[in-house]
Amino acid sequence: MKALELDEQIYIEGVSYPKEVELRGRISKGLVEEISRLKNEPEWMTRHRLRALEYFEKAPMPKWLTGIWSIDLDEISSYYIKPAHPKAEKWEDLPEEIRRIYEKLNLPETYAKYLAGLTTVLDSESVYTTMKDLLKDLGVIMVSMEEAVQKYPDIVKQYFGRVFPYTDHKFAALHHALWSGGVFVYVPRNVRIPYPVEAFFFIGSELEGQFEHTIVVTDENSEITFIEGCSAPRLKTFSFHDGMVELYAHQGSRLNFVTVQNWSRDIVNFNNKRGIAERNAIIEWIEGSIGSKITITYPSTILKGEYAKTNSTVVGIANGPFIKDTGSKIVHAAPYTSSRVVSKSISAKRGINIYRGMVQVNKGAKGAKSFVQCESLILDKDSKSYTYPIIHAFENDADIAHEATTARISEDQLFYLKSRGLSERESLSLMILGFIRDVFPRLPFEYVSMLTKVIQLEFSEMGGVG
Amino acid sequence: MLEVKDLVVEVSERRVVNGVSFKVDAGELAVIMGPNGSGKSSLAYAIMGHPQYKVVSGSVIIDGVDYTSRPTHERALAGLFLGFQNPVEIPGVNLYMLLRSVLNKKMGRTDISEYVEGLEKRVRNEAILIGLKEELLERDLNMGFSGGEKKRSEILQARVIRPKYIILDEPDSGLDVDGVRSVADYIKEALYAGSSVILITHYPRVVEYVSPSKVYVMYRGRFVAEGGLELIDKINREGYRWLEAVGVESAGT
Repeated sequence: MKALELDEQIYIEGVSYPKEVELRGRISKGLVEEISRLKNEPEWMTRHRLRALEYFEKAPMPKWLTGIWSIDLDEISSYYIKPAHPKAEKWEDLPEEIRRIYEKLNLPETYAKYLAGLTTVLDSESVYTTMKDLLKDLGVIMVSMEEAVQKYPDIVKQYFGRVFPYTDHKFAALHHALWSGGVFVYVPRNVRIPYPVEAFFFIGSELEGQFEHTIVVTDENSEITFIEGCSAPRLKTFSFHDGMVELYAHQGSRLNFVTVQNWSRDIVNFNNKRGIAERNAIIEWIEGSIGSKITITYPSTILKGEYAKTNSTVVGIANGPFIKDTGSKIVHAAPYTSSRVVSKSISAKRGINIYRGMVQVNKGAKGAKSFVQCESLILDKDSKSYTYPIIHAFENDADIAHEATTARISEDQLFYLKSRGLSERESLSLMILGFIRDVFPRLPFEYVSMLTKVIQLEFSEMGGVG
Repeated sequence: MLEVKDLVVEVSERRVVNGVSFKVDAGELAVIMGPNGSGKSSLAYAIMGHPQYKVVSGSVIIDGVDYTSRPTHERALAGLFLGFQNPVEIPGVNLYMLLRSVLNKKMGRTDISEYVEGLEKRVRNEAILIGLKEELLERDLNMGFSGGEKKRSEILQARVIRPKYIILDEPDSGLDVDGVRSVADYIKEALYAGSSVILITHYPRVVEYVSPSKVYVMYRGRFVAEGGLELIDKINREGYRWLEAVGVESAGT
């Protein structure tokens, strides 16, 4: 299979940030062996890690990375060596800002403590136990990746690193060498799970580790909606995140993968997400990014079988001097495959959104259809939005469309809403919610309700518009 | 009572309202007439507090409280409402969302997206009553609305929000006879419920159905005549040409 070609240049004009990422320190072979030993891994996984490390060391720095000044490998090493980072232990120890937000979100304290990382287990939530039992009865495997490696090595081997190999780029290699945490999900043939699975609540902190590796496999004619992450703000103790998600949708299955990330604003969030859809299968990505300093993520799908389909919805909010470098990449590798990408970005207070998408139609993928729609909302003149769609079509009959629009909020629009009794910030958040609301029907109700509150809070301290 | 005292308004340093005073009490209908460009809409914007309409002097007083330097939404929460002559398009926000937000706000809730009991039904009923197509309730506000639909949507909002002081800027232009009648019905109802209505128009067909307590004629930023129904009759007969003499005269005083 042909690996995805990530585009090579940085196109940003008028914004100065270095094009080279500086790597300080190093990851030793000993550290990787130690990680593997602590996890009591079988030899094949240890070897996999070491091969990945070797590749990491010789791979060139990707040229398409933007805005990352430096990555401190020693810090990453130390994260493993002494995991007891100074961390809040009591409710009172949390930064006031986070506490205030949790209070405004009206979260029960047990829930808030969990989100803040004060407890790792969310108990007293019988609904999740019920869900667990249901999944078990259906024969669904949903366990931490570590457990999966121990218990289901044969099936894990079939997918681990097969969708997103470490040879893809330097940070994919780093991820494969250091991965820890994440979840393995396998939905058996013909099993359709009727409710969205909010894995966050029963896998817990492992799902949101620094190098977590998640694999979701839907066997033939099965279906799952898997939700990782949570829209409420989350404190993190690391500064560089390099996670990976591999999806494999077998023939006729449907795999919906939802992420909303709202992490601390000092994190570089590098997320490698890719799925493969076989004949008649559907992969749907919903990727929402609210927090972090820099987010780099391009949920990608390889449409491998005839009539395979993918929908990708990417929402990026850069509220403050943050960068959201997102986009979706699609490879049409079989005839009659179709893809639809919707990107919505909101930039405010010197925020930068970059859409970097790719649609590729391989030779032989006749009758491919693709529609990409990028909508940007820019709230002030200091904020920016860039769209870089890349199209490679190697079949003449490919039907590929790209639409991009940029909107701003006018003084008259705000005046209109204010004349009905809404304050400036309420008027703004209403328009922002309006801008992204067509994404909502794809999400579970409680999820939308939380997201709506989070967005209102996010923009509750906005000043005037420029 | 809504009271406007000696209001002088400038837009980018151009004077658009030049010393206007009037009062409306509960249950009263005031009609402000005048040719295009006489400053009627500017007066309405200034009363509502549009940031581009700078009040140079004078004041806007709602129930005895001076709102001249207070933000627009506070005026709205004090009971003021402006039915726009040409309402702006608001992408992504439909009438349900807008009204849900406003009602939450009026109830003092901090999360303006919260569910409001019975709202959808109420909005639908009001829409049927004023002849607004139901499908428009879910469409982005004013986007692709016809002139008449925009007017009906403004009235619908007023009906749901139930303000105390309602300024209607040309609510009847572009409406068919049924539309004009539904605007008139709304005015009657609002007055009956104790609200005050300020009707801005240059040709008040609505007045065939409702009778004003006061009629003002605005010209070049001032009120140049004040009276009752007879003023409307005069304008219906003679148009606004007679104002030129009056305007020159009053400009000299």
